[in-house]
Amino acid sequence: MTTGAPPFSGSSPQTTRPQTVAEKILSQRGSAAVYAGDLAVVEVDQVMVVDSIAQSFIERMERDLGAVPKYPERVSIVVDHVAPASTVSVAQAQKEAREYAAKTGVRLFDVGRGICHQVLMEEKLAQPGWIVLGSDSHSTTYGAVAAFGSGMGATDIALAAASGKTWLRVPESVKVTLTGDLRPGVTAKDVALEMIRVLGADGATYQSVEIHAGDRFTRGERMTLANLCVEAGAKAGLVVPGGEILTDYGYDVPAWVYPDEGAAYAREVEIDLSALHPRMSAPSEVDNVHDVAELRGLKVDQVFIGTCTNGRIEDLHAAAEVLRGRRVDPTTRLLVIPASSQVMEEALQDGTLLTLQRAGAVLGTPGCGPCMGRHQGVLAPGEVCVSTSNRNFIGRMGDKDAHIYLASPAVAAATAVMGRVALPEDVAQVAASA
Amino acid sequence: MPTVHVFARDHINTDEIIPARHLTTDVESELAKYAMEDYDKDFVRRVQPGDIIVAGADFGCGSSREHAVWALRGAGVSAVIAPNFARIYYRNSINNGFLALECEGITELFQDGEEAELDLKGGTIRNPRTGKELSFVPVPQFALDVQKAGGWLEYMKAGEDVEGERLDNASTSAGHGHAGTPLGDDPAKEDGPRPEQASGHQKEEHHA
Repeated sequence: MTTGAPPFSGSSPQTTRPQTVAEKILSQRGSAAVYAGDLAVVEVDQVMVVDSIAQSFIERMERDLGAVPKYPERVSIVVDHVAPASTVSVAQAQKEAREYAAKTGVRLFDVGRGICHQVLMEEKLAQPGWIVLGSDSHSTTYGAVAAFGSGMGATDIALAAASGKTWLRVPESVKVTLTGDLRPGVTAKDVALEMIRVLGADGATYQSVEIHAGDRFTRGERMTLANLCVEAGAKAGLVVPGGEILTDYGYDVPAWVYPDEGAAYAREVEIDLSALHPRMSAPSEVDNVHDVAELRGLKVDQVFIGTCTNGRIEDLHAAAEVLRGRRVDPTTRLLVIPASSQVMEEALQDGTLLTLQRAGAVLGTPGCGPCMGRHQGVLAPGEVCVSTSNRNFIGRMGDKDAHIYLASPAVAAATAVMGRVALPEDVAQVAASA
Repeated sequence: MPTVHVFARDHINTDEIIPARHLTTDVESELAKYAMEDYDKDFVRRVQPGDIIVAGADFGCGSSREHAVWALRGAGVSAVIAPNFARIYYRNSINNGFLALECEGITELFQDGEEAELDLKGGTIRNPRTGKELSFVPVPQFALDVQKAGGWLEYMKAGEDVEGERLDNASTSAGHGHAGTPLGDDPAKEDGPRPEQASGHQKEEHHA
């Protein structure tokens, strides 16, 4: 099936000065070379609609616009935020989404297929140089493969589906350069949290974060980095392709998708990976980042491993490594929700899920789970949760007096074993059975 | 005169404006019952049609949910004034013809519950008790046009074309963002001189 807008011309439109990755993509998908501050009207390669706004989307398309998707193959509906349905009204909305997909020919990824961003990546519905708009703020995730991914509301999404285009102000870029090598036990999530601390919760508002990581990090790890960029307010989070990482996954990486030498950045920061220790974001803003060691010992009621940030196979492997032969502390509950059916299948086949199940984890249907507080593990007043997700706002996962701490899967797993905030090395004191 | 509700904290997020547990509808009057619930659960009992929210920086950060705009509008809020806004919230405001006014120092101008004089045409907001006044960043002409049309969809439909022609025209007239219409979702960060506000522009009464 054809996806995406027509093929790229192969070279950027006539440029007058060096460009960032964001400027390159918006130039390619628009009609002229554009720079930060310019307005670009651009072709949209893929429009993603999640279940929770599907009704609003359909209403805007049919009642307000009287339009059908201009390119049905460029529109995907994903049932992931509250899947399976939790109430009759949610079930009704999802029923309407299914009917709409059948009627218009747009793609539908139904209950259990997984979280929108993970699914679109697995289906290669985000590719280097593409523009992907999603009705979910974590659509910055597509920047993992150097696609300009951005979140928008229902009205914008409907317009993009109806017209095949959108308008964007070309963002300034913040250049984040990662240097050095991570210590053992430090992960992409720790890097992402540190990056948000350095940038600040609104430190990249309206801007594109351009991450220069060299040939470090897998596709999944790059998704974690790009995913968190919206927590600094960013419009997009673009990880510059490096080495053979993307070609190994079978992507065509256009030669133009790299930043030019001398491109203009609003701000440049450097993060020395070798200096990082496992990090944790404390309530109730994502940039409130500390070393896990500072929070060690805090009693935890629930641990959640999953989401578009950290629900991939490498994340489940990291958790299983800590949990193998051990048990979740009896005063703590552990929820594990794979990010997609593909992740789940892999984790079933290689025994990871069995390891987690034996350790006392509660396994859930691939999807968003309790991340946004609508089902499958919401928190009571006063409860403390360590989560591998991306937001620790007040009320995010249930009651407004619950407390959410964000961390990597390995730290989350260690915390589940100890019943308190812990580092992976702390579980050594708990004997593992064979 | 509208009453001002001051929520001075920075980074008030969409989970506080309209918690996800209430996203089961997009009917504004329904959403309105829960507006600001996790920040101030009594707000919906105090707010009157036409009232103004004054908030700290980065208002509306977090989720892309357009419900954050619908809930406030449904509750009768006519405008939110903050030093700056999270981008998706800001864009959603423009698209819905809802006023999001950028004004540095605004949280110092009012105490909660005071009345305000908002002069959209003049670009000022005044506290009649203290006599102090601040100018807000002019609303982009594009946003005013969208507001006049009743929202982005209506604006596009008025162009009789959802195929994108109107978008293309907008691009051309914007001169790529400098002179002319600052069509971007970030007028506060526009380089160069601010475009003149059309002084004779027909302003709609904001949603009362």
